[in-house]
Amino acid sequence: MSTVAVLAQAGGVEALTSTGEAIAFWIFGPVALASALGMVFARHAVHCALLLALTMFSLAILYVIQQAPFLGFTQIIVYTGAVMMLFLFVLMLVGKDSRDSVVEVLRGQRVAALVLGLGMAGLLVAALARSLTSVQPAPGAGLGPNNLGGLGRLIFTVYLGPFELTSALLITAALGAMVLAHAQSSTHEKRTQRQTVIARLRGEHARISPLPGPGVYATANSVAVPALLPDGSIAPESLSEIIESVAVDVPDTSTPDAHSLTGRSSPDRSIDAGEPNDVSTPDGSHSGTEKES
Amino acid sequence: MTTTLPALSALAQEAQPAVGEATGTASLAWLLFALPAAGALVLFLTGRRSDRWGHWLGLLTVVASFVIGLLIFLETVGLAPGERTRELALYSWIGSGSLNVDFGLRLDPLSLTFVLLITGVGSLIHLYSVGYMSHDPGRRRFFAQLNLFVAAMLVLVLANNFVLLYLGWEGVGLASYLLIGFYQDRPAAATAAKKAFLMNRVGDVGLALAIFLLWLELGTTQYNEVFGRIGEVPSGTVLAVTLLLLLGACGKSGQFPLQSWLPDAMEGPTPVSALIHAATMVTAGVYLIARTNPIYDLTETGRLVVALIGVVTLLIGAIIGCAYDDIKKVLAYSTVSQIGYMILAVGLGPAGYALGIFHLLTHGFFKAGLFLGAGSVMHAMNDDVDMRRFGGLWRKMPVTFVTFGLGYLALIGFPFLSGYFSKDAIIEAAFAQEGWQGWVFGGAAALAAGLTAFYMTRLMFMTFFGERRWEKVPAHNGEAYHPHESPATMTVPMIVLAFGSVGAGAALYPVLPEWLAPTVGELRELEGGALPHAVVPWLVVGLSALGVLAGYLFVGRRPVPVERPERVSLPVRAARADLYANAINESVVERPGTWLTRILVYFDNRGVDGAVNGIAAGLGGSSGRLRRLQTGFVRSYALSMLGGSVLIVAAMLAVRFA
Amino acid sequence: MSPTNYLLLSALLFSIGAVGVLVRRNAVVVFMCIELMLNAVNLTLVTFSRINGTLDGQVMAFFVMVVAAAEVVVGLAIITSIFRTRQSSSVDDANLLKY
Repeated sequence: MSTVAVLAQAGGVEALTSTGEAIAFWIFGPVALASALGMVFARHAVHCALLLALTMFSLAILYVIQQAPFLGFTQIIVYTGAVMMLFLFVLMLVGKDSRDSVVEVLRGQRVAALVLGLGMAGLLVAALARSLTSVQPAPGAGLGPNNLGGLGRLIFTVYLGPFELTSALLITAALGAMVLAHAQSSTHEKRTQRQTVIARLRGEHARISPLPGPGVYATANSVAVPALLPDGSIAPESLSEIIESVAVDVPDTSTPDAHSLTGRSSPDRSIDAGEPNDVSTPDGSHSGTEKES
Repeated sequence: MTTTLPALSALAQEAQPAVGEATGTASLAWLLFALPAAGALVLFLTGRRSDRWGHWLGLLTVVASFVIGLLIFLETVGLAPGERTRELALYSWIGSGSLNVDFGLRLDPLSLTFVLLITGVGSLIHLYSVGYMSHDPGRRRFFAQLNLFVAAMLVLVLANNFVLLYLGWEGVGLASYLLIGFYQDRPAAATAAKKAFLMNRVGDVGLALAIFLLWLELGTTQYNEVFGRIGEVPSGTVLAVTLLLLLGACGKSGQFPLQSWLPDAMEGPTPVSALIHAATMVTAGVYLIARTNPIYDLTETGRLVVALIGVVTLLIGAIIGCAYDDIKKVLAYSTVSQIGYMILAVGLGPAGYALGIFHLLTHGFFKAGLFLGAGSVMHAMNDDVDMRRFGGLWRKMPVTFVTFGLGYLALIGFPFLSGYFSKDAIIEAAFAQEGWQGWVFGGAAALAAGLTAFYMTRLMFMTFFGERRWEKVPAHNGEAYHPHESPATMTVPMIVLAFGSVGAGAALYPVLPEWLAPTVGELRELEGGALPHAVVPWLVVGLSALGVLAGYLFVGRRPVPVERPERVSLPVRAARADLYANAINESVVERPGTWLTRILVYFDNRGVDGAVNGIAAGLGGSSGRLRRLQTGFVRSYALSMLGGSVLIVAAMLAVRFA
Repeated sequence: MSPTNYLLLSALLFSIGAVGVLVRRNAVVVFMCIELMLNAVNLTLVTFSRINGTLDGQVMAFFVMVVAAAEVVVGLAIITSIFRTRQSSSVDDANLLKY
């Protein structure tokens, strides 16, 4: 491939930089290139994200060896840290569709994209190879490992206006993201507590009171334990539809039991709460628990 | 008007009389047309509510106009001849760039003469209509339209500029159209109204073009400035203006070649025929030429064309008048012929302007009287117009007979009645022309005088004398005829007009030329020419007597068949067909027009619409295909973007490294 | 070694990112490819800064990072809201805006 040849030719030029830099470049350059290619070809979106993070990390290293340590670390913190994590969060949200289908719906799109991409690369590489044959880094005054002060001075003096503008842009973006990502449930209006009570009293619900909570006499608060009505019988509404209820002792209400508050069981009166004639269990494949409506 | 006058006075006063400000009674001149206009407005707007009193309101406004006109006339007579031309600027009507038109009135001998004729005859005919239309359900509408006509006609004659004249010109055209088509349930009336309107339009285009030309050349439409500066206009343009004005006059006055609408206009009610299509509106063309006499004075050729048109028309009218059995159509062709005399007179130039107006006035009296008499006869004869069903009516309707007879005598030029003075004067002036013109004009006019005597005598005999043919046949509506004299509202105007027919000529002959001199110039008596003045009256009277004799021999002495004989000689057949005027119009104008329209419609449908629709369809089709590029897939768009970027980079590199 | 190598690497990364944008359909992955292109540009800026011996290139790269961060935040929010309504994060499914 011509690109490789050009790269090799460029590498063959008289070394104008330190050998250590060359070694670092020849390690991290190909890594960046390979992981970028991998990102394009990986079918799973999470793999893409991880490969992109690797590319960005390699670029951060290249920034650092090009005497831009501030940018390198910003790259690592902002890009590989924050931005890529954000990507991963979004991938979690839309995870269902995170796998591309292999079928290309647009006819000729892949071929055209490849041809144009190669053309772009070839043109850029050719242009660079022809025009920048013998460049070398200038011994700039502001450059060097400790250029952070110079960078800060530049940002807060010459580029103060653009800097303030970017801060306004960031705030706007944050607000915009909040507005866009906020779930607007226009179909179902949210009711206040008062409206709910009024609706209950008007008989718009199956019953006025809430469903009885689980557990009896504080012996257990597990969802699996059904509630008991004052006469000692089991409240059917307290039985969960998807969790099998455990057996519960029904205290003897005719003769006061001194141990009734302790919840100790009396075998002769226990009933099986899982009896089908007691609780009407609908289809167990329900995924959501809808207590009301 | 008066502010711009000083700058032009040097030129204007050379040929034109000084124009004074109208003061005193004359400042009320706007009421002349405002009153009938207000009457028309009230009658149109109040609708059925004014059915009971509307005709009296219509009459009242016209009589009030007449009284005001009379007062202004008397005031003007009291002034010195040089001060009799006055103007009354009412308000600035149109002010647009260099076009400034005042709503201004010109009160001078010519316009005042017309005012008196219009309001005087108009009042009489309004009075007559009260009786004539008493059984008609549309009487209020009739009076509203008649008032509208009077107002428009007064605007026409009182205007002090061409644009205002044009307003009145179109106004009378509208009123004429409405009144011809007054009997809306008759298809013939609707067709006649449309025909009149269309043929008038041809003439109106001529008038409008003449006004445009004058404005283009002189930048003004005021009479005073136009007439004062007409000498600056090149002679070719002057000729064009005179011919275009003549076209307008021909349209309005029913002159050759636009004469064929006037006889058809008799479909309207008879008072309309008397007022509009005999006495006033159709004379507007004569007024126009007399009014623009400073322009016609400049071009010999223009005047010659005018005179030729007049001669041709007066002959056509007289010939066709001999062949018709419809009493109103005979009178209508007589009108065409008599207006031909007037046009001939004004075409003779300074020797004839005053004579044309003179004949116009006397004709206004006796022709209006004749029409009213015809209306009275129709009123008595179940609205039939066929003279072959009349006969021997003089005993049944004596007043109508006497007044009609006096009008008849005036028309044929019986010595010392109105027509004798006015028509003979025109024939004398025609004979006084130099060379061939004298022989042709004079000979034709004298011959037509004889023909006039013939057809009018025929009419008289068929209507009032002979056998009572109406006793033998039922009327067209199936009932028997019960001829009777008309009510007083109808006979009084006829009597008044009969007095005018008898005395107007003798009364006006000595004074009118002098009275009109400030407007149309001094009457120039030509000496020499084809025949001397002393001979002409004898010749004319002799020819008229021959005509009367012929009428008696052919009609009065023999029984008149009730059914029209179909086997007749060629000249009669041609005359019955209006000398093929309608056929000529159809084949020369209508059919090519229809073909042209068809071609244009075809071109419009196929050519213009085809091109436009084709472009639209092409654009629609191509965009329908192009929009397929908008697939909605972001990646396609991105692909195009990358392709574009690659192209740009390639181009930049090509430029950089080439 | 010449600094041109960095530029060549950057050009290749940019092209790879562009191709990724064109061929991937998962909106999140498309976004990652855009980030890759931005990073490639950043590498160019840093390299030119070094070649020229001034810090302005680095400042520019810094601004690019900030703007990219803002863009990522908004873009991901748009992706989630699209996913919530259409139950899909494929860019091909959001193709209603067409002829």
